[in-house]
Formats: sequence, C-alpha cells, structure tokens
Amino acid sequence: MLTTLSFNNAIHWMRENLFSSVTNSILTILSLWLLWTIGSGAWSWLIWDATFVGSDRTACLKPEQGACWPFIEAKIGQFIYGRYPDAERWRIDLLFFISFFGFMPLLMPSAPFKRVNLLFMVFVYPIVAFLLLSGGMGLEYVETSLWGGLMVTLVVAITGIVFSLPLGILLALGRRSNLPIIRWSCISFIEIFRGVPLITVLFMASVMLPLFLPEGMNFDKLVRCLIGVALFAAAYMAEVIRGGLQALPKGQYEAAHALGLGYWQTMRLIILPQALTIVIPGIVNTFIGLFKDTTLVLIVGIFDLLGIVQLNFTDSSWATEQTAITGYVFAGTIFWVFCFAMSRYSIFMEKRLATDRKDN
Amino acid sequence: MRFWRKAFSWSVQLLFLGTVIYGVTWLAGNTVENLARQGTASGFGFLDSRAGFGISQTLIDYSEDSTYGRVLVVGLLNTLLVAFVSIFLATLIGFLVGVGRLSKNGLVRLLSVIYIETFRNVPLLLQIMFWYFGVLRNLNPPRQANSIFDVAFLSNRGFVIPSPVFLEGSMAYGIGVIILLIGLILGRRWQTRRQMETGMRPSLWPFLLGAIVSIVIALYALVGWPFELDIPALKGFNFKGGINLVPEFLALTFALSVYTAAFIAEIVRAGIQSVSHGQTEAGRALGMPSRLSMRLIIIPQAMRVIIPPLTSQYLNLTKNSSLAVAIAYPDIVSVFAGTALNQVGQAVEIIFITMLIYLGLSLLTSLSMNFYNNRVSKKGAQ
Repeated sequence: MLTTLSFNNAIHWMRENLFSSVTNSILTILSLWLLWTIGSGAWSWLIWDATFVGSDRTACLKPEQGACWPFIEAKIGQFIYGRYPDAERWRIDLLFFISFFGFMPLLMPSAPFKRVNLLFMVFVYPIVAFLLLSGGMGLEYVETSLWGGLMVTLVVAITGIVFSLPLGILLALGRRSNLPIIRWSCISFIEIFRGVPLITVLFMASVMLPLFLPEGMNFDKLVRCLIGVALFAAAYMAEVIRGGLQALPKGQYEAAHALGLGYWQTMRLIILPQALTIVIPGIVNTFIGLFKDTTLVLIVGIFDLLGIVQLNFTDSSWATEQTAITGYVFAGTIFWVFCFAMSRYSIFMEKRLATDRKDN
Repeated sequence: MRFWRKAFSWSVQLLFLGTVIYGVTWLAGNTVENLARQGTASGFGFLDSRAGFGISQTLIDYSEDSTYGRVLVVGLLNTLLVAFVSIFLATLIGFLVGVGRLSKNGLVRLLSVIYIETFRNVPLLLQIMFWYFGVLRNLNPPRQANSIFDVAFLSNRGFVIPSPVFLEGSMAYGIGVIILLIGLILGRRWQTRRQMETGMRPSLWPFLLGAIVSIVIALYALVGWPFELDIPALKGFNFKGGINLVPEFLALTFALSVYTAAFIAEIVRAGIQSVSHGQTEAGRALGMPSRLSMRLIIIPQAMRVIIPPLTSQYLNLTKNSSLAVAIAYPDIVSVFAGTALNQVGQAVEIIFITMLIYLGLSLLTSLSMNFYNNRVSKKGAQ
C-alpha cells in the first residue's frame, strides 16, 4: 500500500515538475539525453576504456583508448614538486603539512587561538616557508629554476593572496582619501592594473623589470612574477574592499569622529573590521580568480602545475593520442577541487554573516 | 589648528609625490642607461620598418614585406574578432544557462549547475590548451576530415565552412533587410503605444510576415537571387574554397565563450532573482501571458542589475583573449608583444603600446555599456 502510494506520488511529482507542458516535456527528454551522453562518455573514458597499469606509451594504444592513467602515475612526483631534488622533497611535504594546519584553524570561525594563530602565520610562517623552500640555515640551497608543479602554483597563489590583501586595503583607503595627490595616485594605479591583461603585467615583470634596475641589481625570475601577480591582484582587491567601505553607513564615520578617534584609529577599530567582514565573499572570489590566474606564469617560462604537465607531453616514451587530454583532466581536477572548495567556503561565510546580522 | 592640519596633510602628499617622481626618474635613468649599453634603439621608428614574418590569419592585406605598424593592426583586428565573436556566444550561452538555472524543471536546473560549476572553476588557460592541444590538434587530417553534410569539414587544420558569394544585385537585398528592421522597430513602438492607450497589445507578426513575403517577391522580380555558396572541397592535402576557421581561433573562441558564459549565467540568475515576485504576479493580474510579462516586466528590471557586472565580464573576456599567445593565435599580444618584440627588442615601447591599446579597449567598452545602462535605467524611471 505504502509503495503504491509513493509510486503515485512520484508519478504526480513527475507530472508537476518534468512533464507539465509540451515544452517542458521536450526539455526533460533533451536533458535526460544530455545527462546520459555526458555520464556514459565520462564513465567509459575515465574508467571503462581507460588504462590503469603500464610502464610506457605501449599500454595506452588500444583502438578505443580512454584515459592513460599510468602517465600520471609515472609523473606524479614532477607534477607536485617539479624538478626539486628527490632527497630534499621532504621539506616540501613538511611545508604542506605546516601550511595545512596553519591555515585551517584560521578559516574555521569556531577554532580557538585566532590571535596567536594569525601572528604565527604573519610573522613566523613566511620565514619558515622561505627557509624550507629555498634553503639556508643548514638546509641545502635549491634554485627557483628547479621549483615546479603544484608547489609553485601554491607558492604563487599564497604569496599573491598574502600581499594583495594589505596592499588592496591601502589602495582602497587611498582611493577614498581626502588628499588629492594620494587619491589620484591610487586611482591611476588601480585603473591601469585593472585595464590591462595579467599577461602584459607578467611580460613587463619578466622582460622590462631587469631594464628598470641598475646593472648588477636583479631579482629572481620567480620573485619578479610574484611581484607582478601581487600588484595585479591588489588592484582587484582594492575595488572589492572599496565596495565594503562604501556599504558602511556614514553614521559609523561620524560616530568614530565624535568619539575623538583619529583617521587610522577610526579605520583600524571601526571601519575596516566591519567593511572587511561584509566583503569576505568578494575577497574569496578574488582569491579564486588569482588561483586560476597563477597558470599564466607558464607563458613567461615558470613551470607551475599546468606548465609541468604541458612540458611532460613532449616526453616521447609517453606520447599517445590520449596523453594530453589525460594530463589536462588531471590538472583541471586539481584546480577544480581547490576553486570549488574556496567557493563553497565563501558561500558558507556568506550564510554565516547573514545570520549574524539577523541576530542584532 | 586647522592650518597646521592642512600644512601637515600637504607636506605628507608632497613628500609622497616627491618619492614617486624620484622613483620614476631613477627607473627611467636606469632604463636609458641599460638600453644604451645593450645598443637597443629607441623611439617608434621601428613601426615603419619591414616585419619579415608571416601571420596565419589576417583580416586585412598583409605580407612579409608589411611593416611592424601593419603587424600591430593585424593583431589588434584579430583580438577584436575573437572578442566580438566570443562576447556574442558567451552572452547567448550565459543567458540560456542562467535562465535554465531558475527553471521549474529539475533536470534543466541540474544541467545548468553542472555547467556553471565545471567551467568557472577550471583555469581558462587550461581550458584553451585542452581544446587546442587535447582535442583540435588530435583530429584527423583533412583527407579523413569529419564532414557535416558534405558542406563543412572539421579536421586538424581547422573548420572549413561554406562562404556566401554576393553577386550583382545583392545590395538590393541589403536595403530590404534594413527597411524591414526599421519597420520592426516602428512596429514595436506602435505595439507599446497601443498597449498604453487601450491595454491590449496588438499582434505584429501578420504585418511582419506580409512585409517579408512582399519584399522578397518584389526583390526576386527585380534582381533575381544574387547569392551563391562557395562550398569547400578537398584538393590534394587541404580544402579549397569556403572559409577556414583555424584551430587556434576555434579553441580560443570556444574556451573564452564557454568560460565567460558560466559567469554570465550567475549574473543573469542574480539579476532575475533580484526582481521581486510581486512583479510577476502583477503581470499575471494584468492578464499578461508569462512569456510577455517576462519580456516586458521582468527582463527590463533585471537588466538594470545585470548590466554593470556584465560589462566587467565583457572587459575580462577581451583581456583574457590575450591568452591567445599560449596557442599562437595571432592576436596583438602574440604577434606584436611576442614575435615583433623578439625581433626588434624594444620591449619598453612595444609593451607600452600594447598596454595602452588594452586600456583604450577597456575604456571604450565601459563607455558604451554605460551609455546603454543609462538608457535602460532611464526607461525604468519613467
């Protein structure tokens, strides 16, 4: 009895939602067909027709070949660490570990010791990270030209994030400042960087920066790119934060003024905490954009995750028709997981903030 | 007190300005010195000298004997071509997916969510490379091309489609189309006016159909049918005739449209959701069919929310078209800031020009969208 009832319910539900009119029925059938095509195609390429074991290209030459997973298996070390020396890779692992347990509690609103955690991440973590990555204090020195893979992607993304946020705050404050020279400088900086593609900024960092500096004074190529990425992201960050500053009611400024607070005190104690909280979703979205944009460094010859995957296609012992697609799908999945996680986090924070405001 | 405050703020600003000016002159001095040591020429004279390299896709006459200035124009036109086509496609896909995201049909909603979440969370550069190196370059050579009804062919050399040939008299048809468009706009105005006056919206399509049929018959009697199709055919190792869309163009346009469409879909969804439900109900209370109330009530109000972020997506798309350099599509960054820079070596001038052009494009796009935005918001305010 119960089964017939739920069966009837299901029929009823389908009538209401999927077959309510002729157009709707056509849409339903079309969607089912699309879902089936995508699903079955993905299943056969990823698993059914794919190769899972093998030691070189000969394993992936079936007539209806799907993905060539042994290629990923053979190259996974390079994809994560680049050409970082095998004996030193534990340093990267250790850094991954420290970063994970340093950032996670910061992102969780309920985790304790926020202040200590933040101080650690701002003052201790960069030094530790720098020592572990490039060497010094007893650790073997590793040139940045040997860095690569996911590790470089994360280095570029995290430095970009860490530097663009404070810079973006300064630029946003400058843009709303009463001092005309400061305001116009900030506006020109922001608009110029937002008006040109990142690739030209990276070209500038890699080709023109050496020309700008006196002879003998030169930065590492990776550092130049990091500067370019951070400045570029800062311009976008500034606009997001400006949105938060504008959203605050004027009364907040006036109240701070009435209390006799100076400009910097007002900003630090009253305005910024509120403005930044409002725009957390926007900030996270900028981070997502920045994370995806890190792939552009491959154009100026730095091997990030995508760059190193691309580089390995030239390996003739793995050259098959499916190698490239397999590599792209692998890299794409990793990027997707990071970006999707960040966007979920932004939605989570948005909901949390929305309820926070309701309580007041 | 007030005076001292002012004096302080100005001295801080002047100090800042001084530092900036000092920094810029220092950098410029270094640059001049470095360039002199390298023996690189400076100035824009190189724009008039012979480039000496070929470009795979040119919209205007270009040969190896053309100048670097010509290279710049060819690259710029290629950038604009990709940007226009991609903006058109991205808007189309984005609106479809965005509306699908709000569909009553759960399956359509599911498909839209899958589309949006897949494409906007994967780097654009990766998507461009995927379509180019992973898919298009792996297609069969022209001799075993995938044919579409024997008129269009997809191979690893690109996508060849038939091209229309306009013979004598086709101009008359062009004039006919223009007359029809003007008629359509006037008709729409008339419809709205009648609705305002009488509350009934007269239907337009009988007039339209009549106009189309009579114009076509009149033109056919006058000038006949002055159109032909140039259908591509395999000659030797490649196709002759038709228009060949090179794989670089296809990959770039496809990836740019699909990627940007995911963002546009979210913008459209937010825009439609921003119109309160009472508006839909009011439309129904007036006896409007839902399609009409969508077009006359919901969309015009949603557009006001949609346009500003849509503008910035168009700008992003135009700037992102510079990723062409990764697959050697001959856009401005690829041929001018790439090949030309490598040959001439005048990095400062070339990058300066390139950045200036992008800034100009950004400015133009936001100006024209602001113009449109003003029109749309005024319409609502009446």
